[in-house]
Amino acid sequence: MSVLKIENLSYTYNEGMPGATKALDNVNLEIEEGTFVGIIGHTGCGKSTLISHLNGLTKPQQGAIYLEGKDIWKDYKDIRQVRFTVGLVFQYPEYQLFEETVYKDIAFGPKNMGLSDEEIDKRVNMAAEFCGITKQMLSASPFDLSGGQKRRVAIAGIIAMQPKVLVLDEPCAGLDPEGREQILSQVKNYHLTTGGTVVLVSHSMEDIANYADKVLVMDSGKVYKYAPTEEIFQDAENLSKMGLGIPDITKVFLKLKEMGVDINTDVYTIPYAIKTLLKYKAKNGGANNA
Amino acid sequence: MLKDITIGQHFPGNSPVHRLDSRIKILVTIAYVVFLFLSSNIAGLALNIIFVFSLYMLAKIPLKMLRKSLKPILPIIIFTVILNLFFITGTGTPLFHLWKINIYKEGVIFCIVMVIRIICLISGTSLLTYTTSPIELTDGMERLMKPLEFIKFPVHEMAMMMTIALRFIPTLIEETDKIISAQKSRGALLDSGSFKDRVKALVPILIPLFISAFRRADELATAMECRCYHGGKGRTRLKQLKITGSDILSTVICIVFFTAVFATRLVMPSLI
Repeated sequence: MSVLKIENLSYTYNEGMPGATKALDNVNLEIEEGTFVGIIGHTGCGKSTLISHLNGLTKPQQGAIYLEGKDIWKDYKDIRQVRFTVGLVFQYPEYQLFEETVYKDIAFGPKNMGLSDEEIDKRVNMAAEFCGITKQMLSASPFDLSGGQKRRVAIAGIIAMQPKVLVLDEPCAGLDPEGREQILSQVKNYHLTTGGTVVLVSHSMEDIANYADKVLVMDSGKVYKYAPTEEIFQDAENLSKMGLGIPDITKVFLKLKEMGVDINTDVYTIPYAIKTLLKYKAKNGGANNA
Repeated sequence: MLKDITIGQHFPGNSPVHRLDSRIKILVTIAYVVFLFLSSNIAGLALNIIFVFSLYMLAKIPLKMLRKSLKPILPIIIFTVILNLFFITGTGTPLFHLWKINIYKEGVIFCIVMVIRIICLISGTSLLTYTTSPIELTDGMERLMKPLEFIKFPVHEMAMMMTIALRFIPTLIEETDKIISAQKSRGALLDSGSFKDRVKALVPILIPLFISAFRRADELATAMECRCYHGGKGRTRLKQLKITGSDILSTVICIVFFTAVFATRLVMPSLI
C-alpha cells in the first residue's frame, strides 16, 4: 500500500505576477511503504517545492496529497499530525538548532507531540544512537559541535518524532566525503532497522545510486521518470544529456559501449559492475580479455 | 507572508525620476514632507497629491505597488482617524452625539486632512526608495552629511552601516521564512495558543536567526578585510555623483512647486 500519494499536483510561484514560474507541473506519484526513494534533478527543477508539499508546509494550488489514503488538507487542524508523520529534514538543518543542549534540541519535536517524559527520553536516546551521537554530545551545547555533528543532531531531531516517512532535502550538502558517507549510511541503517519509508533528495547521482530502491527523476517541474534504480540507469545517456551527473562507474560502461563493446550500461554500483563484467567475460568465453 | 513587505524595495528603471541625482532626491523628499505638513488648505493638499502621483506616473511605478506599501500602515491610519474623531472638540453643535461621544465638524475635517497627509507621506517617501537603489541612497546621504565630519561625526561608517543593513533585509527575511518552516516541521505552534505561548514559540525562531545574523556579520567582516577595507579615508568611488543640467531643471521645478504650496497658505484660509 502506498503511504504517500500525490495527485495532479501543480504549483506556481508568484501566480498572476510578471515573474511567475511554474515549479511543479501536474505531478503524479505514489510512494510505497518501506521503500527508499531518491529524488534527483538539477537545481530549480521543483524538488524542494515538491517535498515542502509532502508535510503540508505548502498548500497545493492544484491537486492533492494523500497520506495513508487521507487528503492531508481535508481538515486544517490535522496538519500538525501530518508533520509528525512525515518528518522533513531541511537543507542545512544545523541552522535550526536553538536549545542549550543537544538533548533538549532533539527532544523539541517529541515534546511538541505531547509525549510523556519517559517516552521522550526513550526516543531521544534511540534517535541519538541512529545518528551516532554519543552520550557526551547529548549534554553539550549544539553550538560547540562541528558542522557534520550539528547536522546529525538536526536529523536526530526529526528521527526522534518517529515519522512514518522520513524526508531529507540534500542532507549531505557541503560535507566532506567522510561526512556524506556517515550520514547516508546512518539513514540507510535507520531505513533497514525500522522499515520506515525514506525519501532522499540529492543531486548527486552517486549517492542516489548507492542507497535508493526507487528513483524519481524530475525535470522542470515534471516527473521525467519514476522507476526502480536499475531501470533508471538503463537510460543513463538521457540523464547525462539532462545535465545530471551520472556515477563514474556508469560513465566507464557508457564509454565501453561507445568503443564497440557489447555490454549493458545499466551499471551504477561497483559490485554490480564486477558482476556485469564477469558475465560479459563468461559470455565471450574469455577469448576477449575484457 | 514575510516576503510581501515592500518597505525599502527598489524598482530599477530608467525614468527621469530614477536618473535624478540621489542627493537632490533626498533633499526634495525632506522638503516635500515639510511642505506637506505646511499645507493645510484644499489647494495645498491637492497640489501635494498631484505632485506625488505625477511623479509615480513619470517613474512608471505600478500603483499596485503603492497599494501594497500602504496596506501595512492601514491600522495606523484607522487608529489616527478614530482618536482624532472622538477627541477633537469644536465650537458648533456636534454632528453626532451619543452618550459621552461627540463628533464635531472640525474633527471630521481634521481626520480627512490627516489621512491625506499620511498617505502622501508614505507614497512620497516610498517613491524615494522605489526609484533609488540602496547604494545610491546611502551614497547620497554620505555626501549630504559630509559637513558633519567637521564635528568628528563618523559619516562614512554610518553610511556603510546603512548600506549593509539595507542589503541584509531581504536575506534575513528569507532566512526567517526558512527557519519558521523548519520549526513548523518539528511541530512548533506559531499561530495559536495564548499570548504567553506565542511569545515562547518565538524562541526557536529568534535564536537561530540571531546566530545566523552574527555568522553572516562575521563572514562579511572577514570578506571586507580581505579586500583591504579600512574605512572612508582615501576611498574613491566607482560612480561619482555629478549634478547635471536635468538635475538643475528638476530642482527648479520642485522649488516652483514648493513655492506654490506655500503661496496657497497666503491666499486661502486653513482648514484646520
